[in-house]
Amino acid sequence: MIEIENVRKSFGPLEVLKGINLTVAKGEVLTVIGGSGSGKSTLLTCINGLEPIDSGRILVDGVEVHAKSTDLNKLRQKIGIVFQQWNAFPHLTVLENVMLAQVKVLKRSKQQAEAEAAKQLNHVGLGDKLSVYPSRLSGGQQQRMAIARALAMSPDYMLFDEVTSALDPQLVGEVLDTLRMLASEGMTMICVTHEMKFAREVSDRVAFFHKGVMAEIAPPEELFGAPKDPELQKFLSATH
Amino acid sequence: MFDTSLTANDLIFLAQGAGMTLVVTAISVFFGTILGIVFGVFRYQVGPWWAAPLTFVLDIFRSIPLLIQLVLANAFVTTVLGIRISGFAVACGVLSLYTAAYCAEIVRGGIEAVPQTLRRAARSLGMTWGQDMTSIVMPLATRVALPSWIGLALGVMKDSALVYIVQVVELLKSTQILITRLQEPLFLLMICGLFYFLISFPIARFGGYLEKRWSND
Amino acid sequence: MRGRVPRIGHSCILPGAAMFNYNFRWNQALNSLPQMLEGALVTMEIAILSMAIGIAVAILLTLFRLSGNRLLGAISATWVEIARNTPALFQIYMVHFGLGGFGVHLSPYLSLLIGIAFNNAGYLAENFRGALKAIPETQTRAARSLGMSPLQAFKNVVMPQMLRISFLPMTNQMVWAILMTSLGAVVAMNTDLYGVTSELNARTFRTFELFALAAVIFYVITKVITLSAGLLAARLFRY
Repeated sequence: MIEIENVRKSFGPLEVLKGINLTVAKGEVLTVIGGSGSGKSTLLTCINGLEPIDSGRILVDGVEVHAKSTDLNKLRQKIGIVFQQWNAFPHLTVLENVMLAQVKVLKRSKQQAEAEAAKQLNHVGLGDKLSVYPSRLSGGQQQRMAIARALAMSPDYMLFDEVTSALDPQLVGEVLDTLRMLASEGMTMICVTHEMKFAREVSDRVAFFHKGVMAEIAPPEELFGAPKDPELQKFLSATH
Repeated sequence: MFDTSLTANDLIFLAQGAGMTLVVTAISVFFGTILGIVFGVFRYQVGPWWAAPLTFVLDIFRSIPLLIQLVLANAFVTTVLGIRISGFAVACGVLSLYTAAYCAEIVRGGIEAVPQTLRRAARSLGMTWGQDMTSIVMPLATRVALPSWIGLALGVMKDSALVYIVQVVELLKSTQILITRLQEPLFLLMICGLFYFLISFPIARFGGYLEKRWSND
Repeated sequence: MRGRVPRIGHSCILPGAAMFNYNFRWNQALNSLPQMLEGALVTMEIAILSMAIGIAVAILLTLFRLSGNRLLGAISATWVEIARNTPALFQIYMVHFGLGGFGVHLSPYLSLLIGIAFNNAGYLAENFRGALKAIPETQTRAARSLGMSPLQAFKNVVMPQMLRISFLPMTNQMVWAILMTSLGAVVAMNTDLYGVTSELNARTFRTFELFALAAVIFYVITKVITLSAGLLAARLFRY
């Protein structure tokens, strides 16, 4: 379970998170929508401790992320994150990309790591690209590789930060399909996204962020069907 | 450390050495740059095939130690040709060619960095080769080349420490002479190192600043 | 090799004798070739060792700079600026005679090796700094988000890319290291190629022939390095 309690965060004078409260249960798929600068991406990087927070606290399975005593490297093994920019390691093959952290962080043997990497890459449909360098892959393929790389760490939670925003339109579908598959398999996921159709389909709940505040959170039928918050109404009519 | 037997005369001696370093550097960089520009433009203009002999010769200067170049040039001029010539002249001659060899590369790189489309545009406006070279290529190529050229000039100053081998008493050699006499190596070497550093460091910084400023636009 | 030696000698004596009032004695120089080649091996040994040390120290200096620790950052910056802003000859001299002032007396071989390694480390650290600018911050972020420690992220993700980007400058530095071995002259180094050549010169006074031969050997070594670096790069960097 991920518990976010009254989290505040500023970049200089700009407060990007103004007291967020949110709980994500095991097995839940939560999507977060909102305009740019609404703080939704920052929240994700706070959850796995890449960004410090100013006040409040975030608990992952009862462990406080930003406590001094927390071993972040250990915690991050539980929480996979995939970014808008896919960040393939260019000097490693696709297979090696997915193996690296397994060997170095989880201390798996080469054989174990390789088997797991091949399994995850097959899963995301890259089974035929194992020995290729990332520069030979399309953006969509690289993004799926990044997903496999995170999944290979056997995380309990997956965070997706606008994973289709940097892709060419024709490549968005394949990545969303991968996310749909994960959702149907019961992975606990938080997806920050601009893809409304996707959010409507896969989510258990959808949260709308506006200027650092979580303005509304509801199951998709409710949130898209009968939005209460006026900003959300504006946002939805603009994106349709 | 400051309890030294260094006298005012010794300091003047060191200053003369420093002066010699600067004079040799200035002369070599001056002639080396002129030659380097000529070689660089020639190499670019005639293409890699016809410039191959020149490229080969210039590459030699970058592939054998400067110390050996100096010894060889000195031996060649004085014993093989039998010409009486000062070590200073040999030093300046060799260092000029040495500078030219590196400078030609920098110049060629600078010219190549000027987009072809820009030059075609200039020529299509009716500019001659010379006009294109002076008013389009030169200003743009200079931006690319100047930071490297500053690095080269400083490199030549540091490498000029080697001309002691042809009996030119520059800064490091004069330091060495004093060390032998005064037996205070650390103190004297610090003075010598500081001199090089105080000239090189600010100029290198300035070059870095130019590079950063000019690469932004 | 042996069979070819006299032929080179002959073909050079004739035009030489015709042109100048100087009798070229190439045979004498060529007889010293085995000794000079032994010197060349020492030269290469010093260059390779100084590069290995230089790369290791440069990586360490880079880590110092990235550590955010003021003192370590200052050490790194000072090292780089001294290495880049004073003559290599001065640096070698300093190791040999300057350390002597502290009562540390090193052999010519060690002085030369340490001096060149010092120089290499400074220049390479600066190259690494430039290379790091070309690697997006997000690479480290991605590695960290997979649970790697800062050091693991540097070692496994950033450093390999940094070394790749710096490969050409590293090759150039290797050539420089070869050329710098000649500076051993100031610390009375006499087993490297330059040292052997000047000792032979002191005995025979065939300055031009001996140093011309040394120049050819230096030239061949630097070309071999440049070429093999190119081949190595093609093998190492397939991405």
